[in-house]
Amino acid sequence: MAAKTITITSGKGGVGKTTATANLAVALANLGQKVVCIDSDIGLRNLDVVLGLENRIVYDLVDVIEGRCRIKQAMIRDKRFVELHLIPAAQTRDKNAVSPSDMVKLVDELRDEVDWIIIDSPAGIERGFRNAIAPADEIIIVTNPDVSAVRDADRIIGIIEAEQKGPGKLILNRINPHMIQRGDMMDASDVLDLLAVKLVGLVPEDEHVIASSNIGKPVVLDEKSKAGQAFRNIARRLMGDEIPFMDLEIKEDLLHRLSKVFKSGVN
Amino acid sequence: MADWLSKITGRTSSAHEAKERLKLVLIHDRTDINPDTMEKLKDDLIKTISRHILIDPASVKITMMHEGREQRLVADIQLKQHDRKSSG
Repeated sequence: MAAKTITITSGKGGVGKTTATANLAVALANLGQKVVCIDSDIGLRNLDVVLGLENRIVYDLVDVIEGRCRIKQAMIRDKRFVELHLIPAAQTRDKNAVSPSDMVKLVDELRDEVDWIIIDSPAGIERGFRNAIAPADEIIIVTNPDVSAVRDADRIIGIIEAEQKGPGKLILNRINPHMIQRGDMMDASDVLDLLAVKLVGLVPEDEHVIASSNIGKPVVLDEKSKAGQAFRNIARRLMGDEIPFMDLEIKEDLLHRLSKVFKSGVN
Repeated sequence: MADWLSKITGRTSSAHEAKERLKLVLIHDRTDINPDTMEKLKDDLIKTISRHILIDPASVKITMMHEGREQRLVADIQLKQHDRKSSG
């Protein structure tokens, strides 16, 4: 077995990196895969609460790197899937406790044990981000359809290309079809035009995401959630399946269609 | 109703404006070339080319284009028409 290592990053904070990491890890485990996810955001640990594993932490990433425990001791087993593990970030240290070569070494030790290693990157483009991308076979950039998130995603794409880690794939998260319809949000084709990168997922804005993380149960486990469906689709694309992208368009009523026809006549 | 009205009036949408603004911002972010550098480059180009051929400095246009993630510097330089009678 040789695990594939995927780093989830974004540049801008708050676009859904940790949510994407947790959901892809759970979705892959649900498909019978062996998965380890690593929270590399030293000092701002979060993946544990989103996965509902915060009460089980004994050792963390920095403990492994500084030799206070073996990797296996820091791998927290998920409550739902025996083949899903989390290596949590250290909460009381800073980013400089870890170096890019430490991360490469750690991941190399895990490669023969599992199918997937998913790394949650911190926001920004400094040391923590460099640590997170160093061992990656593939990088997934998460962004939202707003000007600052797209601008930061473009910076990240440029950096990973310069580091020979490209081209990277995009998850467009928090899409609001109502806002797109009234012209107040860029749609997927707008964002892809600007970033010129391969798309791996379209995720609609969905209240289930927060409700799910409230109870530490990622939204992929909610059959009714659209965002959950979107993350299940991404996991299957990572496995190599051809899954069509979700149709997020709002079915237009007659009034809207008429007004569009009228507008195109005016222009 | 507001969006229905805006569609009828054909007012530019904020999404469209976001995309147009980002296009320009990303070109500068990717190349690290600011408008001042572009002006200097243009002046130098005009000087250099003018040493060899006659051009019309006022009509020179230098722009950044992008195709996918490739950036391209495009110069549109119009040659000055020879006045055959006076030049003989």
